[in-house]
Amino acid sequence: MYTEKVVDYFMNPRNAGKMDDANAIGEVGNPRCGDVMKIYLKINDQEVIEDIKFETFGCAAAIATSSMITEMVKGKTITEALKINNKDVAEALGGLPPAKLHCSLLAQEGIEAAVADYFIRKTGKAPEGFKTNTTCTACGGSCGESAGHDHEEEEETFVSEDHRAAE
Amino acid sequence: MTPRKVYLDNSATTQVDKRVLEAMLPYFSEDYGNPNSLHAWGRQARAGVDKARAQVAELIGAQPKDIIFTGGGSEADNLAIKGAAWALKDKGKHIITSSIEHHALLDTVKWLGKNGFDYTILPVDETGMVDPKELEAAIRPDTILASIMFANNEIGTIEPVAELGEVCRKHGVLFHTDGVQATGHIKIDVKDLPIDMMTMAAHKMYGPKGVGALYVRKGIKLIPVIHGGGQEFGVRSGTENTPGLVGFGMAAELAANRLASGEIDNEMRLRDKLIDGLMERIPEITLTGHRTKRLPYHASICVKYVEGEGMLLLMDAAGIGVSSGSACTSGSLEPSYVLLSLGLDHPTAHGSVRMTLSKDTSDEDIDYVLEKFPPIVEKLRSMSPFYKKNQ
Repeated sequence: MYTEKVVDYFMNPRNAGKMDDANAIGEVGNPRCGDVMKIYLKINDQEVIEDIKFETFGCAAAIATSSMITEMVKGKTITEALKINNKDVAEALGGLPPAKLHCSLLAQEGIEAAVADYFIRKTGKAPEGFKTNTTCTACGGSCGESAGHDHEEEEETFVSEDHRAAE
Repeated sequence: MTPRKVYLDNSATTQVDKRVLEAMLPYFSEDYGNPNSLHAWGRQARAGVDKARAQVAELIGAQPKDIIFTGGGSEADNLAIKGAAWALKDKGKHIITSSIEHHALLDTVKWLGKNGFDYTILPVDETGMVDPKELEAAIRPDTILASIMFANNEIGTIEPVAELGEVCRKHGVLFHTDGVQATGHIKIDVKDLPIDMMTMAAHKMYGPKGVGALYVRKGIKLIPVIHGGGQEFGVRSGTENTPGLVGFGMAAELAANRLASGEIDNEMRLRDKLIDGLMERIPEITLTGHRTKRLPYHASICVKYVEGEGMLLLMDAAGIGVSSGSACTSGSLEPSYVLLSLGLDHPTAHGSVRMTLSKDTSDEDIDYVLEKFPPIVEKLRSMSPFYKKNQ
């Protein structure tokens, strides 16, 4: 189900761990959904991402996307880094299973949240429209903090092409 | 030297025993007749089916005519629940089950709920145990059927089936139990237990997949789910899967021998060695399910601060096959409903790992798992934002 690249970035994660002297930290996801990503950045005066680390609680795809995005944004200016979106991350990994695409979104938003934190620390507020910390993206933002994922159960009906069971 | 391979997912399915395979083989291309035919070919096949029925009956202390063969455990669950509900619909509409049942049971009950029936789903305690008092309190005048599993697939807990069945008997309620995980692994004698129907599956006891059975105590009426040629005493139509049934029969006979010889005790020793060994080596893990009232081959834990899929894949890379009830392995965003039913919080439930031993698991296999598992947990924890080492 996973590409070789995903397996590689999961088994041999790049830039994993904590950073003590980070000047920007972003944390996205929700432990309820099983995905939390924490991004540490060290941004210099030219607004270049000099160093990056991640800590991720989540599945192999979540770890692989974290790992990949850290590699993609390292050495880039924050403006360049913010242009990398979830599709770029998924593509760089040779694709993700549909159920795991939300992990790449989490990676994109992790960077966004960390950059927002950089501006908050510097100017006191995040630039307009930025994802800030502690949002739940794993479910496409459809869950409230406490609401969980009790989505309505779908009635199963017979659709011959899909080989779904008739009720 | 080839690297060690340790398959610890025997709750998912087991390896077909070589003796089972050997027993099955002639029924594909030699004794290939239809068991319903009168000629020699048919009689030969019929003899195989009859023997299999006697072997399966013997395993649980039943009579051969109490065994209805089906195409697996899920079908047997469906037949028991839908079949009994339809047969008793004029008597009442209420069915009772538990929150940790297999989907084959829960979804069947919920479907009936949308089709004129009513149901109650009983909670479980933190070890996954259903309380017979709660069952009794849930029984109403229109309750016709209760179904509580013999033992749970995810957490290994063995339910107090004797007490639960007794409660049902006292109130004139039919009692079904899903014995898929339990039969062939713990001694079950339906002569001593107030069980009216019990589901079994061959592939959980070293038999072939796609073959199961429903034990039905004498005198219980079921409406068929599959109509047709009237096979299986008119309850389950369809030409018998002769090789599959013969394999199931042999698997049942071998299981009965294992249970009689005490071989199961060794499996239990290895299970405890695994559980205790992991507890010693990995901090902040919890056993899920009951510590002692559990399946002899079943070890399930939750590892804090990490997610199950990562552990599963790293174990796989080390040659160890396990399973997990985390959201990522289920394809949804929710961890297993069984684990949540125990009262575990979501992050903890996401860190579940299940290891289920086989009759062939060795001390060396367990030693290997105890060596490989702790560094895998440590590796994933070192990447986790929740894990603060030495705190």
